Amino acid sequence: MFGYYLHLALRTLRRNVILTSLIIAAVGVGIGAYMTVTTVLIEMSGNPIPDKSGRLFVPQIDLWGPNTRPKGGTAQVRLPNQFTYRDVTAFMQAHMALRQAAMYPIARDVTPTSGNPYSQEGRATYRDFFEMFEVPFKAGAAWSVQDETDRADVVVLGKTLAARLFPNGPAVGQTVNLEGREYRVTGVLNDWRPSPRFYDVVNGNAFATPEDFYIPFTTAISHQIQTDGNYNCTALPASGWAGRLSGECIWFGFWVELPDAAAVRNYRQYLLNYAAEQRRLGRFHWPPLVQLSDVTQWLDLQHVIPDEVRVNSLLAFGFLAVCLVNAVGLMLARFSARANDFGIRRALGASRSDIFLQCLTETAVVGVLGGLLGLALTELGLAANRASLGYLAAAVSQLTHTDPAVMALTVALAVGATLCSGLYPTWRATRVQPAWQLKAQ
Amino acid sequence: MDIIPILRALGRRKVGALLIALQVALTIALLANSLSVVQQRIAHMQRPSGLDEADLFTLSNQFAGSMVDLSARIRSDLAQLRAIPGVVDAVAVNSFPLRGYGGSTGVTRTPDPKAGSLNAAEYAATDRTLATWGLRLIAGRNFRAAEVSEFHAGESYAPPAVAIVSQALAKALFPHGDALGQNIFLTTTAPTRIIGIVARAQTPWAANESAMFGAEYSLLEPMQLVSPGIAYVVRTQPGRSTALLPVAQQQLYALDRVRILSDAQTFPQTRAEQYRSDRSLALILVVVCLLMLVVTACGIVALTTYWVVQRRRYIGMRRALGARRADILQYFHVENLLIGGAGGALGIALALGANAWLAVNLETTRMNATYVLVGTLVVMALSQAAVLWPALRAAALAPAAAIRGHQVEIS
Repeated sequence: MFGYYLHLALRTLRRNVILTSLIIAAVGVGIGAYMTVTTVLIEMSGNPIPDKSGRLFVPQIDLWGPNTRPKGGTAQVRLPNQFTYRDVTAFMQAHMALRQAAMYPIARDVTPTSGNPYSQEGRATYRDFFEMFEVPFKAGAAWSVQDETDRADVVVLGKTLAARLFPNGPAVGQTVNLEGREYRVTGVLNDWRPSPRFYDVVNGNAFATPEDFYIPFTTAISHQIQTDGNYNCTALPASGWAGRLSGECIWFGFWVELPDAAAVRNYRQYLLNYAAEQRRLGRFHWPPLVQLSDVTQWLDLQHVIPDEVRVNSLLAFGFLAVCLVNAVGLMLARFSARANDFGIRRALGASRSDIFLQCLTETAVVGVLGGLLGLALTELGLAANRASLGYLAAAVSQLTHTDPAVMALTVALAVGATLCSGLYPTWRATRVQPAWQLKAQ
Repeated sequence: MDIIPILRALGRRKVGALLIALQVALTIALLANSLSVVQQRIAHMQRPSGLDEADLFTLSNQFAGSMVDLSARIRSDLAQLRAIPGVVDAVAVNSFPLRGYGGSTGVTRTPDPKAGSLNAAEYAATDRTLATWGLRLIAGRNFRAAEVSEFHAGESYAPPAVAIVSQALAKALFPHGDALGQNIFLTTTAPTRIIGIVARAQTPWAANESAMFGAEYSLLEPMQLVSPGIAYVVRTQPGRSTALLPVAQQQLYALDRVRILSDAQTFPQTRAEQYRSDRSLALILVVVCLLMLVVTACGIVALTTYWVVQRRRYIGMRRALGARRADILQYFHVENLLIGGAGGALGIALALGANAWLAVNLETTRMNATYVLVGTLVVMALSQAAVLWPALRAAALAPAAAIRGHQVEIS
């Protein structure tokens, strides 16, 4: 019977062309606009490291005290989002977590064997960085603990930089000139594109691609490489590099991996003890306050998704609602215009549920067509976003037009929404009285 | 025109009327809120930077190779830039408004850094910076050449004896308006005297609303920065910045190849780049709003047309009994006005409610009541316009033909 209804539905598409195409357009435009905005939001709020996000934590300590916090601000206390050198060295030495890595962004000029030098972004960190964040290697491996102790000139290259420097052969074992110093390549990364770039949303664009190269933290410090990111002080540091390291300036990120609740509890206690000790040493004079945020909490805390995107998403949802209300009205008109048909079918013995199923099939067909239109419009919208969204573009750049999950979701949403809005008109259609219909003829 | 029969007739098509009213209400609520958000974006994008933007271009320069005598390299770069015909002046700075990144310092009125420090953008400026950038001095004086000293990146920083501040920073530090001549402290115990106040100078991160520090707290310090990474800001004669930008790049490379020049942009390009996401988010909203108006209009046209077809007999009878075409036309317009009015009232309530919710939950600004009014008027007018065509068709029905037709109602 469904085949017959489908046949009828397809035939009647041609009968009320204007009304039908208006319904399809309303559903399609609504779905297209909603999916465009929502896809951006989904992509931005995606979990960049789903299987581990609950085990990776950023500690924070109230280094700057209550005076520096904005008055009457948000309910959540905003603690400094980076650390001083003395804090991260203490944390690294204490080695209280399963894995831990201090880090900061750097920029170096790369001098290739031939051609002009060019600037590249990098990161100084510890070898745990790679394992902790599940960074895939294409060749080689991270540097060794010994390299860290020796402050060796070693480097891990990103895939793109490796291909640019060594187009003809393996990069591992070769050397790279970074501002006049030769670094030995220990490993080359494979494609790695966490979005957002959760491990550093404090410095620069949270949706940027990962760095081009990585060198040991200890090496960067011994070569006095300055940060390429934020450097914030409450008091002017003493002069020179030593002053930068000993002062109260924050410019380091720090992450730990804590496998279970007990480890989290222990680490929190360790942080409290550390803060209390710093207070005893006279570094600050307010009660110690610490926070430990996992990946999701951290992204939330640092406002990674701009409020504008959320507002747009809500408005787009409202727009979808307008389109669907519109579709209800149009479908009411469409079925009414065909009351004669239903009356004749009823008179010939069709039951109310037959009529109901027939109308539902028709609605579903219209919904599928609306969904297809919505899909095309979503593609158009995303392309426009990619072209014009500026710093947010990085967030949607990964969405290809063939993402099957997004496509399926779009069409399913369209059919579901159309069926819902078709319920009342369909019910009305089943109320047609056969006798009354014949009399009118 | 008697409203009672219209209301009674509407009672027979409750659902259709309800759908139009609901659609009008939702459209008004969304339109008003979107207009308000778009207006906020535009206001945000249009804030002046304080610079003479039209005739400026900028270059980010990174010296490579030997760092011996950077100071001379920068001096000869500046001489080269200033010698280009059509260039008015050029300065080498650490950053400039709307660059996106730069340095900041804590500023206090007392030597105690814990006493309510403000954070201000720091610009390394010389006696030529004010004129090159086009900053407007509203009190005090410019730096003198003798006050400007070299500051080598990485060396220890001593706060300058004098500084020029933006009006916003002056007001924040000295609310009584007596900032000129006062001492301020830049995270040290050595005082810095305010010798000049400029009307406006945005921070490098002014475009970023979620930046931790304000958009207009800026501080100019008399120093020539000497660093491998430096920004050149070049002022040209009116209308020549686009043409001279490639010339400047070419001449700098010709002078010294061992460098990386990036972000070569005229200032209008920098501004467009900084506000790109604001602009496109606003544009998306405008497109969605226009689509919504079209959808709503189509919906009203379709439902009214359907009603006209349904009521052919009734219309024909009225015409046969002496009603003029204008009466039929008026009937449908008044009917639409009643439905639209109910929708409008609901829409105003929805618009205000939605805005209040957004303000609390997403920290958006409260909307101006005019947007609700404008939104309501636009949607009601659109609704009236949408009715015109079906109503004209109804009025065109001949009395006799209308009576012959038949149609069954199910709504």
